[in-house]
Amino acid sequence: MTKKFKGRKISPGTTSGEALVSSQGLSFYGGVDPETGMVVEKGHELEGQSVTGKVLVFPSGKGSTVGSYVLYQLAKTGKGPVAIINKETETIVAVGCIISEIPAVDKIPIAQIHTGQKLRIDANNGLVEFI
Amino acid sequence: MKLTQLQKEMLEGKHGYATQKSMEILNALGEIYGAKEMVPVTSVQVAGVSYANLGEPGLDWLAQMAEDGRVRVLTTLNPAGMDMENWKVLGIDPEFARNQERVVDAFAKMGIITTCTCTPYLVGNLPHFGEHIAWAESSAVCFANSVIGAKTNREGGPSALAAALTGYTPLYGYHLEKNRQAHVAFTVTPLVKGSAQFGALGKAIGDILESKTEWAIPYITGISTADTDELKAFCASIATYGGTALFHMAGITPDKTKIPPETITITEKHLTKAEEELNEEGAVIDFVSIGCPHASLREIRYIAELVDGKQVKKETWITTARPTKQVADQMGYTQTIEAAGIKFACDTCCVVAPIKGRFTGLCTDSAKGCYYGRGRNNFQTKHCSLEECIEEALTE
Repeated sequence: MTKKFKGRKISPGTTSGEALVSSQGLSFYGGVDPETGMVVEKGHELEGQSVTGKVLVFPSGKGSTVGSYVLYQLAKTGKGPVAIINKETETIVAVGCIISEIPAVDKIPIAQIHTGQKLRIDANNGLVEFI
Repeated sequence: MKLTQLQKEMLEGKHGYATQKSMEILNALGEIYGAKEMVPVTSVQVAGVSYANLGEPGLDWLAQMAEDGRVRVLTTLNPAGMDMENWKVLGIDPEFARNQERVVDAFAKMGIITTCTCTPYLVGNLPHFGEHIAWAESSAVCFANSVIGAKTNREGGPSALAAALTGYTPLYGYHLEKNRQAHVAFTVTPLVKGSAQFGALGKAIGDILESKTEWAIPYITGISTADTDELKAFCASIATYGGTALFHMAGITPDKTKIPPETITITEKHLTKAEEELNEEGAVIDFVSIGCPHASLREIRYIAELVDGKQVKKETWITTARPTKQVADQMGYTQTIEAAGIKFACDTCCVVAPIKGRFTGLCTDSAKGCYYGRGRNNFQTKHCSLEECIEEALTE
């Protein structure tokens, strides 16, 4: 039986991809390079890793509201994550995902997801499924 | 979230792309913050205008929204990264200027009145007590909620724009009476006078609020008089240092609140400490700036009196709203001030203009200006009264 989580739709869409998981909050403005998709926040556990093409899994967003536009820039240049999964999505990530059309789901027990696992996301129904 | 027929249609895309995207944003925020429904808004203030913050991606998105998005309510705009007419004199790079014009054009296309000011309440966007509005710009949000008694959350650029393009905002947070009650009381014992002292008071209280997450809304007593300029400075400071969106001030602000059980006394010591933190020892001042938030007519008239027949020795800017300056032009204040060598920078401010690296030390009467002068521009800062700022400008 495949493992499945039911959360809440934040931004619509369906996709699948490999998980990149952090247990720490993430600020897109200042924390992620908008040109390369690399996490650049000093001391962050994802520092030096690329969010490009990944299902990005982290508890919640933080920092400046300009972060929404960073997500938008990443998506426009193909450097963005394919989906975002949060424990609790806040305004910056929610607005960023909606304007960039990145599927996003929250209220998911993210501690049960590990980097490298393959996931299918049906954000319209708030579903996250292991493949 | 329970949506009306019209709101559902907006969400389904029956009223165009920009309206649909806007309703998606509002619906998601409503879900996140547990709103049960939308509430109509009558006034919007949109932020996120400086090209320095938006960059090309932000501009792209705005241009896309401007394709078919049109505002449904009175909407005004926050400051841009430059004076939209006089940018050359103020040393702005032509390429930046071109991009900044594209940003403001996109907002204008959507029907936004491009006031480019952080003081919408001084130039015709003045809601009344109890009105539901959707404002961005932390100082204006604090002024609207507290001094006017209108109801708004602290919106970001896209969520404020979404409210403007649909005419709605999700009903949660500061829109609900139960969330507008004070959590802690402050008794201010010293006499506080002038925008600089009110700024220091805002920092003193803001710093205490910032350190305790369960305290969001203060109830302040001990202030017997405060004019609009002093409240404007206080709002900007307490919002900057405390993240405060609403305060109650006995005898000054109109909203009702229960009196919180815990009281903190603010003494001369608190204000001295705030002033010490705003003032860097031995700061080398080569830039004087007045007008954060944007200077009012009263402040401009007073500066004209102070500098009449004199000459400034340091680069000195007054940042203000263009409509305010137009009245100052008419009254002759502008001529007096410009004859003294002071420059007007309309439509912009020192928080959003690309002036990093141009100056070493900033002297201002604004506590908010000190925070961003340091954080964004690496300036050393000197914080003092308006009179002392002008004195600094007149001194070699």
